[in-house]
Amino acid sequence: MFKGKFIDNLPKIYGTYTGGFIVFIILMAIAEQAGMSAKLIGIFFVAFTVLIYALIGYLSRTMQTDAYYVAGRQVPTVFNGMATAADWMSGASFVAMAGGIYFKGYGYMALLVGWTGGYVLVASLLAPYLRKFGCYTVPDFIGTRYGGNMARLSAVIVLTVASFTYVTAQINATGTIASVALDIPFEIAVYVGLASILMCSMLGGMRAVTWTQVAQYIVLIIAYLLPVFWISNKMGAGVFPHLMLADEVARIAELEAQFGLGEVKNSAADLKQVPKGLSGITKAHAEVNTTPWKFISLAVCMMAGTASLPHVMMRYFTTPSVKAARRSVGWSLFFIFLLYSSAPMLATLSKLSLMDPNLATGIIGKSITEVQAIDWYQNWNQANLMFVSDFNGNGTLELNEFFMGGKAVVLATPEIAGLPYVISGLVAAGGMAAAMSTADGLVLAISNALSHDIYYKMINPKAETAKRLIVARVLLVLIGFAGATIAALEIQGILGSVIWAFDFAMSGLFFPLVLGVWWKRANAQGAVAGMLGGLIAGSAYLIAVRSGYPGFWGVTQLTFGIVGSLVSLVLMVVVSLMTKAPDAATQRMVDEVRIPSGKAILGKQH
Amino acid sequence: MSKQQQHWEKTRMLLFITLAIWFVFSIGIFFFGAEMEASSIRPLGYPLSYYMTCQGSLGIFVILIFWFANRQEKIDEEFGYTEREDD
Repeated sequence: MFKGKFIDNLPKIYGTYTGGFIVFIILMAIAEQAGMSAKLIGIFFVAFTVLIYALIGYLSRTMQTDAYYVAGRQVPTVFNGMATAADWMSGASFVAMAGGIYFKGYGYMALLVGWTGGYVLVASLLAPYLRKFGCYTVPDFIGTRYGGNMARLSAVIVLTVASFTYVTAQINATGTIASVALDIPFEIAVYVGLASILMCSMLGGMRAVTWTQVAQYIVLIIAYLLPVFWISNKMGAGVFPHLMLADEVARIAELEAQFGLGEVKNSAADLKQVPKGLSGITKAHAEVNTTPWKFISLAVCMMAGTASLPHVMMRYFTTPSVKAARRSVGWSLFFIFLLYSSAPMLATLSKLSLMDPNLATGIIGKSITEVQAIDWYQNWNQANLMFVSDFNGNGTLELNEFFMGGKAVVLATPEIAGLPYVISGLVAAGGMAAAMSTADGLVLAISNALSHDIYYKMINPKAETAKRLIVARVLLVLIGFAGATIAALEIQGILGSVIWAFDFAMSGLFFPLVLGVWWKRANAQGAVAGMLGGLIAGSAYLIAVRSGYPGFWGVTQLTFGIVGSLVSLVLMVVVSLMTKAPDAATQRMVDEVRIPSGKAILGKQH
Repeated sequence: MSKQQQHWEKTRMLLFITLAIWFVFSIGIFFFGAEMEASSIRPLGYPLSYYMTCQGSLGIFVILIFWFANRQEKIDEEFGYTEREDD
């Protein structure tokens, strides 16, 4: 039922699925009109979508290594693009990005440029060559190209550090959303999120994750775009917000001047009253507010990190051909672009709704008691995401007296703009889809590396297929639980951990991967030195900066990958040149990788 | 030069062009954030600096990857390295 025929029917299957989802939204809207409670709508949205993903995961179960590790290498270009987009866009992209833009403006948008520009590196430097290689995992490439268990092991270490940092943030995000939507305590919600994540990946590995990720992309993109278009039209800001919000951006600048943005500063004593994690608007919406180096260094780290993160790279191992891998990167970025280009528009609409006194929704300039009586203010104040206080005692709400959490921009804007609650339920389902799809990709990347590279290639090369796949699943569950346990401790915020993951990946893997294809002289000793040296240097810099060291070259704890990757590059080149050149067989292998046609380096079943 | 070397030569050339365009729109222009903001070029009415970070650079990357993929396919065809569908 699943082979061949299923692939040919993909457009029909996912078309029906999308139609079904829209019908479900309409049914929920009708139910809301008929008096269904907001809480019940939220539960329906999250439970219904998660059940569908679990069903897809169950239908995609497999006992073949090829299907488990690389989805049988038959995922068509466009669908692989959608799956990658879901794999890529995490809870941070969905829930936190618009908020970051809202509060930090231009300086924050370095992340937008970095998280898209990285795909040019993926397409041109790496993805097609790694696809030709025919590996199952990223350490599989490193291990075979450079030869030796040491190189393989080093790659697994870097992969685990980077991906694990990332996955705790994602499980945290699924927990947050599940706890709000299902109204259960966070410590329990984390494990509910984990169970949903494992249901999608455990039985079918990469094959199951691929088809659930496509389904998750469809949910998350509808959930993100529908409110943006709706609010824009409702406000009369423009039928197509992306092309028509110039006046609104100018209007915000006007209001910022009128309300004295930046002129009135809050005293430290006043700020103490503000709940942790909330902030006010302190930066102009569209002005350049950072130095070129700060912007560029952050963008560079995100770009190199994109090209080194194994859970993204392994998505291109699933395409039918090298050519398809290349095109698929283009489709991935196209699908990502749809959401990323909408985030600044959402931030603009959200800010204007709150600020403009000419709009019914505007609250700045109204009396404090009036604002405190608004329904949505009370809801989000209770959820610890909004706060007002009359610091100057004049009775009216000033711009510097309104505080909001970053998540509220995505989660609360539909309600603020007066959209029906069904949209808020939809947004919760979208956020859940975004966090789950990324968590699945990450957990799978780690457990595949441990089961394939450590267990099968290094510990027990004679293991039979059935045993390998059981080990893979056991590891998947263990890693999921470890991630959830750490997520429940809530050590670092979602966005901070995500950025760290990019820096870790860049420190240890960027140059060993790129030079593996583009520099024949690179050898195992160099690669090992590059991976471990880069990871150690980057981590050391991060720890030093965290404990008060001022740092150099303006490199902060968000951009420590610059230090790590430079150390990695220097070590790799120097050590490679000081030791023996790779043997003739390895050189021939690199030549072979550079040609798209012909057999893969590693056989179909390895 | 062997066929394979020529193919790699052309592939490398394409890489350099692609990376040059990538560099301009991901790094180069952001050295001039303040100048872009003051510029009288305002795509769709947005300030240029704002536009490039919201849509401009992002859209150019999408187009760049598809352009790169097309060019690389042409190079592969020229040297007869196109994959057979059943590979």
